[in-house]
Amino acid sequence: MTNPLVEAVPLVEAVDVSRRFSRKLDYAEKIANLFGAGLEEKTVHAVDEVNLAVYPGEVVGLVGESGCGKSTLGRVMAGIMPASGGEVRWKGRPLTSLQGDDKRAMRLSAQMIFQDPMSTLNPRKRVLDIIGEAPKVHGIVKGREMRDYVAALAERVGLDASYLDRYPHQFSGGQRQRIGIARALAVKPKLLVCDESVAALDVSIQAQILNLFMDLRQEFGLTYLFISHDLGVVKHICDRVVVMYLGRVVESATPDELFDNPKHPYTQALIRELPSVTDRRRVFTPIKGEIPSPLHPPAGCHFHPRCPKAFDRCRVERPVLKENAAKVAGRHISACHLNDLAAHQATNATAEPAI
Amino acid sequence: MTPVLEVKNLSTHFMTRRGILKAVDDVSFTVGEREIVGLVGESGSGKSITGFSILGLVDPPGRVVSGQILFNGEDLLKMSPGAMRTIRGKRIAMIFQDPMMTLNPVLSVATQMIETVQAHDRVSRTEARARARDALGLVGIPSPEERLDSYPHQFSGGMRQRVAIAIALLHRPDLIIADEPTTALDVTIQSQILFEIKRLAAEFGMALIWISHDLGVVAALADRIMVMYAGRIVEAGQVDGVLTAPRHPYTSGLLSAVPAAVPRGEPLRPIPGFAPSPLSRPSGCAFRDRCARATDICATEPIRSIAADREFRCFHPHLWSAA
Ligand SMILES: Nc1ncnc2c1ncn2[C@@H]1O[C@H](COP(=O)(O)OP(=O)(O)O)[C@@H](O)[C@H]1O
Ligand SMILES: Nc1ncnc2c1ncn2[C@@H]1O[C@H](COP(=O)(O)OP(=O)(O)O)[C@@H](O)[C@H]1O
Ligand code: SF4
Ligand code: SF4
Ligand SMILES: [Mg+2]
Ligand SMILES: [Mg+2]
Repeated sequence: MTNPLVEAVPLVEAVDVSRRFSRKLDYAEKIANLFGAGLEEKTVHAVDEVNLAVYPGEVVGLVGESGCGKSTLGRVMAGIMPASGGEVRWKGRPLTSLQGDDKRAMRLSAQMIFQDPMSTLNPRKRVLDIIGEAPKVHGIVKGREMRDYVAALAERVGLDASYLDRYPHQFSGGQRQRIGIARALAVKPKLLVCDESVAALDVSIQAQILNLFMDLRQEFGLTYLFISHDLGVVKHICDRVVVMYLGRVVESATPDELFDNPKHPYTQALIRELPSVTDRRRVFTPIKGEIPSPLHPPAGCHFHPRCPKAFDRCRVERPVLKENAAKVAGRHISACHLNDLAAHQATNATAEPAI
Repeated sequence: MTPVLEVKNLSTHFMTRRGILKAVDDVSFTVGEREIVGLVGESGSGKSITGFSILGLVDPPGRVVSGQILFNGEDLLKMSPGAMRTIRGKRIAMIFQDPMMTLNPVLSVATQMIETVQAHDRVSRTEARARARDALGLVGIPSPEERLDSYPHQFSGGMRQRVAIAIALLHRPDLIIADEPTTALDVTIQSQILFEIKRLAAEFGMALIWISHDLGVVAALADRIMVMYAGRIVEAGQVDGVLTAPRHPYTSGLLSAVPAAVPRGEPLRPIPGFAPSPLSRPSGCAFRDRCARATDICATEPIRSIAADREFRCFHPHLWSAA
């Protein structure tokens, strides 16, 4: 595993990045307002002042439950969606300052791979064109060399090159994901943002694709932001794991640290509740409550209504990301007020039992 | 222990334009009283169609072509449509991955639940409503009395699934068939629902067939596990035994393919290749193209080997010595 030097410049970095979506009033609501309903536009804080640096060669996992902002943060860091606040930096330079060739190069250097490749593969195009179009347009390969170029890539990702004239619907889910990967690789990217790229695949096909990602990392010197709701997958392939909850990063550490020594009560719950083949006929001890709506996130620590260890301060003050007072191995940070208590106090701070 | 359900040599085929698709192919199993049985296998292996066949929900071009489905000793396949409707919903209930398969979006939860109660029991509206409210409370829905008058879209995904479970529980069925009901849910919500289901199944003495592609979920929940591949049950037995000492190469292949099976950072060990198209499966053992143990004999049908609490269909099963 790579251990990036502290002074290395991140390949991509989010600095206090926020992304808000405002939900416009629909027609019925506007009418209601004519009659004095007083409805207002609602704002979703999908990503709320997040700091995250991804260093060259690193595989960073981004985990958390649905709606916590993983996809939004991934898109913003890949430069395909603007931030509403803060700044994304590519090799140290703000994305908003990039112009012309630099901007184009950055766009090609960061590629996304989605969960459902069908949604991004044009059904009326042959696989050859799906993979070969962008490199041709961007002058990475000449027109008459395209077929050879695509065939080599297809072979590399485990697609039969004799199928290049077929259409996406003629392939299985796993093969379509390989098409998506070949298309991303065709423009010689530095960063792959994988958004739930293996979530829809059966376990064995998932293992094949994960192995492919890891091989490509070595071979093409890739950096990954690997978004997944599956902690088991992330634990296996990532150098660092970042846990999000309701738009905020709540913990970040190496997988070994995170799994052996989770600090944030939310991370602890996620790890405890992860179903595992080696953990048979167990007793479930779920945390209570639903994930709150990002339209009305709880004050203070977003997790406090569900947290078994919440205390008064949690309801009013947002905890900042920092190392634990007990000084665990470097670069393990979490956002929880328990960090400020001495170790013995923290373990005793159990307020209410789960369910 | 008398079995609640005994499925014997069930085959369900789809007569498609491209040929006969054997979605379920000579499947036999039993579910004991109060037993939780996990049914696992990759997508397309026939798990859902097995569940649909039991409930008589297979639509053309699909058809149960042979077999028996004995429910408390009575063959469901020989029952009149009217008698089947009484069984379905009252004695056997189904929960789907998408709760909207059960719920009607334009009716309030109360209306739907009262209808379900009154479909099988002659009780007053007031009593039906009280039973609906109690069922919502049982599955952990806060303020059930107020929530009764909500519509399905006013619930979160996890709460909607709880409502579907509450509906399944209304008549205290003997058997619930649950088809991937937590697959679309987040892990903390999944955990809450598994907790409730486990508690309720024990409390009401219900048997459960839990269909899932997630071995971890089945490991945590089930007493027994059945592994399906290409329309067949290739291995079945007690969860502990099957997961620690699998006999069938497909079962061991699945277990080896999960990330937790190898040390962190090392290459994973997938089963080579992918499942054959259901219209062009190899003759004999359908797994043989992908199986490291295959020999010539595997081109013929492997029969069910049944030993003490374990059965499998394989000519060259793994051998485990008592450690
Ligand atoms: N284009 C959009 N318009 C409005 N709201 C959005 C949009 N994209 C995402 N959201 C909202 O932002 C929040 C975070 O979403 P997302 O980034 O997709 O989360 P995740 O990938 O972790 O499931 C959710 O509440 C979601 O509904
Ligand atoms: N309505 C249908 N028409 C034709 N084939 C079907 C139909 N429903 C299911 N099948 C086929 O039956 C097989 C088993 O499907 P299913 O039981 O849904 O698998 P699983 O639930 O294990 O993913 C699959 O090959 C599927 O394509
Ligand atoms: S800050 Fe408080 S509520 Fe938030 S996770 Fe820590 S203890 Fe729980
Ligand atoms: S019957 Fe043969 S091909 Fe099938 S699983 Fe057993 S060894 Fe493998
Ligand atoms: Mg997402
Ligand atoms: Mg299914």
